[in-house]
Amino acid sequence: MSPENINFLTIVTFLPLLGAIVLLFFKDVRKIRWIALAVTVADFVISIPVLTSFDITTHHMQFVEKYTWIPTLNINYYMGVDGISALMVFLTTLIGWVCVLVSWKAIEVKVKEFMISILVMQMAMIGVFCALDFVLFYLFWEAMLIPMYLIIGVWGGKRRIYSAVKFFLYTLAGSILLLIGIIAIYYAGGKTFEIPLLMEQHYSFTFQAYCFVAFFIAFAIKVPMFPFHTWLPDAHVDAPTAGSIILAGILLKMGTYGLIRFSMPMFPDATIYFATPIIILSIVAILYGAFLALAQTDMKKLIAYSSVSHMGFVTLGLFLLNKHGIEGGVLQMFNHGITTSALFACVGIIYERTHTRDLRQYGWAAKHVPIYAVFLFIFSMASLGFPGTNGFIGEIKILFGAYDVHYAYVIFLIIGIVFGAAYVLKMYENVAFGSNLKPAPEGSGTFEDYMSHIKDINPREFLILGVFTVFVVWIGLKPTLFLDIMGASVDHLITQVNAADLTSIAAR
Amino acid sequence: MIEAVVSIKPLLAILASGLAVPFILASRKNPNQREFWSYLAAFIKFGLIVSMVPVILSGKTIEYHLWTVLPGMDFALRVDPLGLMFALTASFLWIITTTYSIGYMRTNNEQKQTRYYACFAIALFAAIGVAFAANLFTLFLFYEVLSIMTYPLVAHNEDKEGLEGGKKYLIYLVSTAKIFLLPAVVLTYMLAGTLDFVPGGVLTSDMPAVLVIIIYICFIAGFAKNGIMPLHNWLPSAMVAPTPVSALLHAVAVVKVGVFSVLRIMLDVVGIDVMKELGLGLPTAFFVSFTIIAASIIALTKDDLKARLAYSTVSQLSYIVLGMALLTPNAMMGGMLHITAHAVSKITLFFCAGSIYVSAHLKKISTIGGIYKKMPWTCAAFTVGSFSMIGVPAFAGFSSKWYMAVGAIDRGTSTIMFVLLASTVLNAAYFLPVVFKMYFGERHEDAHFDEIREHPFVVVPLVITAMLTIGVGLYPDFFLGLAERMVLR
Repeated sequence: MSPENINFLTIVTFLPLLGAIVLLFFKDVRKIRWIALAVTVADFVISIPVLTSFDITTHHMQFVEKYTWIPTLNINYYMGVDGISALMVFLTTLIGWVCVLVSWKAIEVKVKEFMISILVMQMAMIGVFCALDFVLFYLFWEAMLIPMYLIIGVWGGKRRIYSAVKFFLYTLAGSILLLIGIIAIYYAGGKTFEIPLLMEQHYSFTFQAYCFVAFFIAFAIKVPMFPFHTWLPDAHVDAPTAGSIILAGILLKMGTYGLIRFSMPMFPDATIYFATPIIILSIVAILYGAFLALAQTDMKKLIAYSSVSHMGFVTLGLFLLNKHGIEGGVLQMFNHGITTSALFACVGIIYERTHTRDLRQYGWAAKHVPIYAVFLFIFSMASLGFPGTNGFIGEIKILFGAYDVHYAYVIFLIIGIVFGAAYVLKMYENVAFGSNLKPAPEGSGTFEDYMSHIKDINPREFLILGVFTVFVVWIGLKPTLFLDIMGASVDHLITQVNAADLTSIAAR
Repeated sequence: MIEAVVSIKPLLAILASGLAVPFILASRKNPNQREFWSYLAAFIKFGLIVSMVPVILSGKTIEYHLWTVLPGMDFALRVDPLGLMFALTASFLWIITTTYSIGYMRTNNEQKQTRYYACFAIALFAAIGVAFAANLFTLFLFYEVLSIMTYPLVAHNEDKEGLEGGKKYLIYLVSTAKIFLLPAVVLTYMLAGTLDFVPGGVLTSDMPAVLVIIIYICFIAGFAKNGIMPLHNWLPSAMVAPTPVSALLHAVAVVKVGVFSVLRIMLDVVGIDVMKELGLGLPTAFFVSFTIIAASIIALTKDDLKARLAYSTVSQLSYIVLGMALLTPNAMMGGMLHITAHAVSKITLFFCAGSIYVSAHLKKISTIGGIYKKMPWTCAAFTVGSFSMIGVPAFAGFSSKWYMAVGAIDRGTSTIMFVLLASTVLNAAYFLPVVFKMYFGERHEDAHFDEIREHPFVVVPLVITAMLTIGVGLYPDFFLGLAERMVLR
């Protein structure tokens, strides 16, 4: 069979679901772990051709599959990827097997249920990135909610129920607005759910503005943008490591992906009209997230708030509406998925050993767990945008784009970057050097005794962090491949936005 | 257009010390073997750099393009006379410093010596990377690597003072790079569409003058390793590091990377012509003149020998920028020559301070009276270094100061001439008392003179650098030739 005939996207999307069904028939925890790993690794391998045989010269949807599903309502099973979603699919399958590995030892109760949740989650996430039919998209979108709710609520930390419910309510509120928007556009766009078709139409400015706001709030909650971000720190703190990785790595990208896929191309007039307010909101998020991160003593919370700040860079980049900005934004989505996932994995690794996330209780990781310290160092540097890491490329592209629009944005971004460096270095200093040495937890002897029984990372953890490191350095030094894949799609997005009817905006 | 030769040598020269790191780490159990790797890397590095000299002297440059990161933003290397001059100096002094490190670290029984040698190798990797960077991206990359990887060296002692010093070091260098350097890079890219270094500059006079001036100021402030006031304070704090670190990094590699980068910006980004047109030269010269004088005055007040040397370094670094900012050929040559002249002299002085510390455990100038009887070589070398810093003829510092003074006259500015003379007086005022004290001072009661003896591993390097100081002073033609090529391109 030639590659064109293989329904790659369907296989990539539903293989995890198949795996989840298979897992139902197993009881042995060891086997369950290995099967889950095998399924996610297989999914990852299958998703590689989506990237390698991707035609970078065109913005058209590729690997398209289209079957009639509910003809009376004109609903189709319609899948396809462009450059942006192809990258996200790849990121999702990568994060997938990492999550299984991360939970290898961390999850000891209800392993089967956990792995099933992870696999179902992965199916829904890939589905969101591939769906080209609004109903199909919404189906996957909502399907993500339940496994994530379970992952936080069942395997989470102290306040897991509170956090899980908060996460659920916030996201559900957004989803309802999204549903209203979808129904509205179904009628306005000539009774079709096909996303490519809906993009080609032009809607009146008033319609665009209302729909844009509805979509925007739904997606902004997911990103999360200020002021919709308050669910995120709670969810992160209480989620198990794998949950945090999925949240930070993929779930947050759903919001920005939604903005790119729907809001911007479908409502260009409204996009241009609302661009400046959104950029200002993004700047608030960048600074506010950075300030809050600086004040945290809980390592996981610190990284959670840094996510708010970093996602602010993404939304800012996207709404600059120029090539540098959007490419930077999309690349930063991918980067944040890599870097922040890696940082959460690092938190998980040290938490498994010390059972604390309090930065003030750490110290001397550089001395006792040097390999861990090196990895944490790499990801910290990536997070603060050190040249030669992925974060630098994303940030500098956004800065290029920002300068083209208004120099004041550059000033605010630089302030955000400086505070970013401050909280990351503060975190690293506390973990690795512990200049503010605190006594060891009670009952564990001297600090030295306490630290000396903490082991450095094992091969499994080495593999996880090693994979992330490859991407950090790869994108940092040679981002060509990643930028090429998204290039044509970004160009097309810019033409779509520029098709906006400027007179109608000027009239406002 | 200058003819370019494509060669992988610059890359290999950079990598030589980087590749040594795994070997250094692997042989941590066997110190002699570990130091062998440092030596081997240092010799290979120096050898590779020396092998590039004939090509550069024949008026060509050596280029090596690795790959394109973004359009107009490449990962590429280029060797030109200025870069070669800095690389030669730094890599040769690494060999000497390795010897000195063995003497100093082992005699002092310092902890974590493996980490020390590994970080040292990475620091040299980054310093030569800066020297051979062909564009701002590459330079920025290595510049930042240098900032971060020298932190463990500064905070080496891991006591409160060391960690505080290291923290200050990192905060100054990282934040200035983010606040000033990053926007400057962004603005340059947006204005010029490229980050490449082009002889004569990539910024042109038809670009908005305000932006060009902002870029220029951001670069000067962003390369805070250059120690120009008011962003100099990290350097005295970094003196908590072991003396070999202060010697090679905080007198040669790190600080010179800062100054070198500023020269690069003046020559190849902003461009001498644009600087002249916008009248940036003299204001810069006056601005750094303040650093020259103020740092010298602060140095007068310091009783701690290393602190005095640190402020002397702050002062001397600004000479290099001053020379370049005068924008006359002679002054520019003097400024570039001072990179090497100051390097060999100041490393000698730091070596001497370390030698006194290792042998006598004395740090304060007030306690080293009459020490020459026990440490004749050290004191002689210190005298040589001091004379060079003051600018006594036949010592390295004389030639560079001479050219700068001639350049100042060419420029027709008596104020700068006065600054040069005043600082010479100040240099004499803070160095000669130390020399005097060594030879003729009263013995201090705390000093246990009977136990003091010089250590060969410490003394041989400082004698070599002292001889180099005289050598460069007597025969500066080679380095002057390189500087001249740079000016006349």
